[in-house]
Amino acid sequence: MIDSKTQSAISQAFGSVAWSEFRGQARAVVAAGELAAVFEFARDTCGFDLLVDVTCVDYLNYRDAEDRFGLVYLLANTQTNERLTLRTFVNEPDPVVPSAVSFWPGANWMEREVWDMFGIRFEGHPDLRRILMPEEYTAHPLRKDYPMQGRGERHNFPVLHRSEA
Amino acid sequence: MSIAETKTLEQLAKAESRDYLWTLNFGPQHPATHTTLRIVLFLNGERVVDAIPDIGYLHSGFEKIGEHLTYNQYVTVTDRMNYISPLANNIAWHGAVERLLGLELTPRCKYVRTILAELSRISDHLLCNGAVGLDVGAFTYFLYAFHQREVLYDIFETLCGARFTNSYTRVGGAMHDMTPLVVDKIRAFIRGFPKTLDDMERLLNRNRIFVDRSKGVGVLTKQDAVARSASGPIARASGVTRDLRKDDPYLAYGDLDFQMCCAEAGDCFARYLVRMAEMRESLKIVEQAVENLPAGPINVEIDERTALPDKKQVYSTIEGTISHFELVMWNRGFTVPHDESYAAIEAPNGELGFYVVGDGTDVAYRARCRPPSFIHFSLFPHLIRGHTLSDIVAVLGSLNIIAAELDR
Repeated sequence: MIDSKTQSAISQAFGSVAWSEFRGQARAVVAAGELAAVFEFARDTCGFDLLVDVTCVDYLNYRDAEDRFGLVYLLANTQTNERLTLRTFVNEPDPVVPSAVSFWPGANWMEREVWDMFGIRFEGHPDLRRILMPEEYTAHPLRKDYPMQGRGERHNFPVLHRSEA
Repeated sequence: MSIAETKTLEQLAKAESRDYLWTLNFGPQHPATHTTLRIVLFLNGERVVDAIPDIGYLHSGFEKIGEHLTYNQYVTVTDRMNYISPLANNIAWHGAVERLLGLELTPRCKYVRTILAELSRISDHLLCNGAVGLDVGAFTYFLYAFHQREVLYDIFETLCGARFTNSYTRVGGAMHDMTPLVVDKIRAFIRGFPKTLDDMERLLNRNRIFVDRSKGVGVLTKQDAVARSASGPIARASGVTRDLRKDDPYLAYGDLDFQMCCAEAGDCFARYLVRMAEMRESLKIVEQAVENLPAGPINVEIDERTALPDKKQVYSTIEGTISHFELVMWNRGFTVPHDESYAAIEAPNGELGFYVVGDGTDVAYRARCRPPSFIHFSLFPHLIRGHTLSDIVAVLGSLNIIAAELDR
């Protein structure tokens, strides 16, 4: 659901953007370095004023995947109802992307959640700390190399009975 | 390190001037938070200078579990996200899976899901508005709302046997068809509910205490609502004309006649009014859908290889037997494309979407939930600054924060 004019405007402004489509959803893959410029262009020129979601996928064991982490930005235009999915890929050892908070303040908690769950740093985020996991937690639990039964969790602690307490 | 010590840089810069402020811990166990969430408040007298939400108390790794359960099994986990309207979560989850599969539902299934989504909306709005009423002192109103929720629970129980955690939908259809008894009960509800709704409006719409406590409290401007990603009744109460049922009609919404309910004020009272108006519209939708419920099967055809065939087909046709075995054997299941897609519905609380990544098997590679409560709770500090301590419950209630969905 994206206008072909919007699509060509983005392509003209950023030559390296790779487009794909699946189930009627247009996706644009952007280099992490260009992300901030694309955000600005999408918001100010194309009118994508609503950031629906920011999330991440860890492609560790995914078939044909070349990069480790794929970030997903779901944008929407509240006037024309266009939707656009922006993708960017980052790799270890230091996965870092520019923060979208200065463009859409709503990105604040979404990016904190991605940092918490995947350990991707958002440069320029005003308050990047864990949001769901405890402060002292060391791992990023939604990474694929983090097991379903995690480390340092409840079952690893000795059981205290009433008589010993 | 405590939450109060981990403030942002600019807050720390101002910290010396804050020495005289009273720090108050609100929650995680507090009757007015309704669920488990914590807010650290900085108070100047009774005035809230700043609020720092601290969440995660109910984090149970739902998205991680989604990577280990099959598409049909995970529906039981979605029930436990927004447990006030579990059917809406079921519909959102399987809607997203069906988008990934490129599956077109049968007309009957679309209508049945539409009816259930709207009944969940009524149920959710009843609780949300009822709780707002309860928190600001309108106890009778809450009881009126809860009594009608009981009627809805009875409908859901007749439908699928569970009152609270319904798990009704399946990939390509539903657990089983809607019976005539359910339709009768829904018809009875449609007849009886408007009267209660009238009573509820008479109780609160012009109630001096309620209006004084909610009007002008927690104002969210239209600009802020869009910039801060608000959706659903909260965005519409601020004048954002965005409703996925209208903007991107899914299920049977394209065929049905209803209005989008908006307000301009953006305060707690506007959010209350939008929810009240939406219940009437939902009732209209349910009535139209029930009276025009198409006949035919509820599940997709056997060739799609996603929904379990009915027993008659299993016992009398070879295709039925094979499909049944393929679907129930643990190492078979159906296959999904090696791709990813996002689908959202207009849940009672706002846009509830799932970003599903398929890797060919019948277990999702990634099942991201876009939880409206999480995004709306991030608005809270913005809305409460400058208001008094007693306004916290009014704002918190009008945002309809469900902590199970907030933390997942």
